[in-house]
Amino acid sequence: MNISKTALGVAMLCATMAGPQAVLAADSDVVIGDIDDLSGTYADVMGAGGQESIKMAIADFGGTVLGRKISLLVTDHQNKPDIGASKFREWADQNGLDMLIGGSNSGVNIAMAKVAAAKKIPLIVIGAAGSSLTNEDCTAYTVHYVYDTTSLANGTAATMVKNGGKTWFYLTADYAFGTQLQNAASKVVEANGGKNIGAVRVPLGASDFSSFLLQAQGSGANVLGLANAGGDFSNSLKSAIEFGITKTMKPAALLAFINNIHSLGLETAQGLYLTTGWYWDLNDKTRAFAKRYFAKMNAEPSMDQAGAYSATMTYLNAVKAAGTTDSDKVMAELKKAKINDMFATGGYIRADGVMVHDMYVMQVKTPQESKYPWDYYKVVKIMNGEEAFGPITGLCAIAPK
Amino acid sequence: MTEIFGVPVAVILGQLMLGLVNGAFYAMLSLGLAVIFGLMGVVNFAHGAFYALGSFAALLGLQFLGVNYWMGLVLAPLAVGLLGIAVERLLLRHLYKINALYGLLLTFGVALIVEGCLQEFFGSSGQSYPVPAQLAGAVNLGFMILPKYRAWVIVASITVCFSTWFLIERTRLGATLRAARENGPLLQAFGVNVPLLMTLTYGGGIALAALAGVLAAPVILVTPQMGSSLVTVVFAVVVIGGMGSILGAIVSGLGLGVIEGFTKVIYPEASNIVVYVIMALVLILRPAGLFGKD
Repeated sequence: MNISKTALGVAMLCATMAGPQAVLAADSDVVIGDIDDLSGTYADVMGAGGQESIKMAIADFGGTVLGRKISLLVTDHQNKPDIGASKFREWADQNGLDMLIGGSNSGVNIAMAKVAAAKKIPLIVIGAAGSSLTNEDCTAYTVHYVYDTTSLANGTAATMVKNGGKTWFYLTADYAFGTQLQNAASKVVEANGGKNIGAVRVPLGASDFSSFLLQAQGSGANVLGLANAGGDFSNSLKSAIEFGITKTMKPAALLAFINNIHSLGLETAQGLYLTTGWYWDLNDKTRAFAKRYFAKMNAEPSMDQAGAYSATMTYLNAVKAAGTTDSDKVMAELKKAKINDMFATGGYIRADGVMVHDMYVMQVKTPQESKYPWDYYKVVKIMNGEEAFGPITGLCAIAPK
Repeated sequence: MTEIFGVPVAVILGQLMLGLVNGAFYAMLSLGLAVIFGLMGVVNFAHGAFYALGSFAALLGLQFLGVNYWMGLVLAPLAVGLLGIAVERLLLRHLYKINALYGLLLTFGVALIVEGCLQEFFGSSGQSYPVPAQLAGAVNLGFMILPKYRAWVIVASITVCFSTWFLIERTRLGATLRAARENGPLLQAFGVNVPLLMTLTYGGGIALAALAGVLAAPVILVTPQMGSSLVTVVFAVVVIGGMGSILGAIVSGLGLGVIEGFTKVIYPEASNIVVYVIMALVLILRPAGLFGKD
C-alpha cells in the first residue's frame, strides 16, 4: 500500500468522525454556544433535547436582544476535554462567541472553564456535576446552574443515613466527577453519624459491573453508593438486582436522571432515593414547559434540559439589563439577578458561581403508585438552596468565606 | 477460610465465574471476527454495531411482534445476518481485490451509520430487556450467588463456539471454505461457487455477532453504544489469539475474560486496559498471536 492511499484512508476516517458542523454566525449577532455530549452515554440527559430547550428560550425571548439577532452554535465534545476546550477557543477567536452553555461531563467542563477565564467569556455549566467548578477550578466567568456534587450528596446521602443506611460502600466512576461525588457523599455520611467502609473505582463505560458489585457485597456495608451516572448507573443497578445484592444493601443513586429511570423501568428502579434540581411534574409551570417540550422531543425533559432553557433566559435577561454583551457587565448583572421561572423560585447566582435554588429529594414510585406515563417520582423532601448547596467554602479565590 | 495471596478462595472462585461470563461474550464476538478475517481477509469493524443490532432486533421483536426470548435467539441473528449479507453483496464484495484497509474503512463507516440510526430512533439511554422467566432467579453455588441467566450464557456460548470450530475445522464444508481462502480461483475452476461462499461466511459471522447481542440483552442495558465499547476489546482478543485463528479466538476470549475479572479485584482501575497490556506483550513476544501461524 502506498502512502497516499493510507493518507486517503485516514482522511476519510477523520471526515466520518467529525461532529455536527456549526452554522456561521454574522458578526453582529449575539452568539450562544452549546458544547455537549451529543452522541455518547450522556446524550439523552441533555444532548439534542438541551439544544431544543435553548432554541425554545431564544424563540420565547423573541429571537433578538439589544436589536441584534441571537444565534446558536452547537458541537459534540465526545466526552473529550481537549475537543471541548479547543472548540470553545475556536468559537471565541473566530465566531464572536458571547456565552457558552456547558453540557454533560465534569472533565470537559473543567477544561472549558480554563478557556472561559482566559477568553473572559461566561460559561454556564448545566450538565456537569463536579463542584470543583465553583471551588478549586472556579473562575469569574463560571456559573454552575442546575446541581453539583455537594447538593446531590446533601440530598441523597443525608436522607439515606437518616433512614438507617449507616454503612456505605461506593461504586465510583474513575474520573473527576465520580471521585468528587464520592468525596462529597462521604463527608455527608460521616457528618450524619454514618460510616464509609470502602470504595471501588470503576473505569468509565465498563461493560460489566458484577465483579465490582460482589466486592461491594463482601464489604458488609448496608448502602451501595452509586457514584456514577448515565449508562454506568443503569447497568450497575440492573446487575445489583440480578445478583440479589439489593436484598442486603440499599442502592443510593447519587446522580440519576429521569431518562435513566425511564429506561430501567419502575420494576427495577422502584424505591430508589435520588436528588434532582427539577422535575417535570412539580407544579403547573413545570408541567406547562414539559408539555411544550414533549411535543417536540417525545420525552419529558430532564433537569438539565429544563435548566438549559432557564439558563439561556437568565443570560439574555442579563444582557438586556446590562445593555451590552460585555462579559464583565453581564456577569455583574447575572450575580444581581433573582431567578423566578419554571425552573427555580428565588434562585440567585452567588459570588463563587453557584446558582442557589431549591433541590428535591425524590423516591422512585412503585409500578402501582405510578398513574400515568412518566409519573416516576414522589417528593420526599424539598431542600432550600442554602441547605442544598451549603456555605461558600473559601476554596474559590474570588469568593472568600 | 482458605486464602490465596490474601484473597479468600470463595472470592477467587466467584470472580473466576464472572470472568468466564464476560469471556463467553468476548469469545463469541472474537469468533465471528476470526471467521470473517480468517476466511475472507476482511477486518470487520462493523462487528460491534451488528452486535447492538442483534440486541435491538430481539427487543423490537419482543415489544412489537410478541417474539419471545427463545424465538428471538433464532430470529434476530437470522434477520441481522440477512442484513449482513446485503452489506456484503452490495458493498463489501467490490473491495476484495484491493487492499484490506478499504474493507476496514467501509465496515467502520457501516458501524457509524448503524449506531447513528439506532441513536436517532432510540436515544442513548437505552432500554431494558427482561430476563426470560425460565432463567429468572439465581442458584447458590456455595461460594457465590450465580444468576441462572449468567450460567446459561456460559453454556450457550461455549456450545456455539465449539460447534463453529467443528464446522470450520472438521467438516467438508469447512474444508471448502478454507480452500476458498487459500486459492479462490482454483476452487472456482472446480465448479464451486466461491462468491456465494464468501457471502454466506460474512452473513454467518454477522449472525454470530447478533446472537451474542441477543444473549447480552437481558444482562446489560440495550443501547446504541453497547457494541462500540466492546469491539475494541474484542479486536485485541483476536490479535492475542492470532488473527484468523478460530480456536485462538475462543480460548483467548475466555482466558482474557478471566484475567480481566481478577484485575477487577486486585487493581480495579486497570481493568479496562489489562487486555491491551497483554496484547502489547503478545505482539512483542509472539507477533503472530498465541495460536497464529507465522
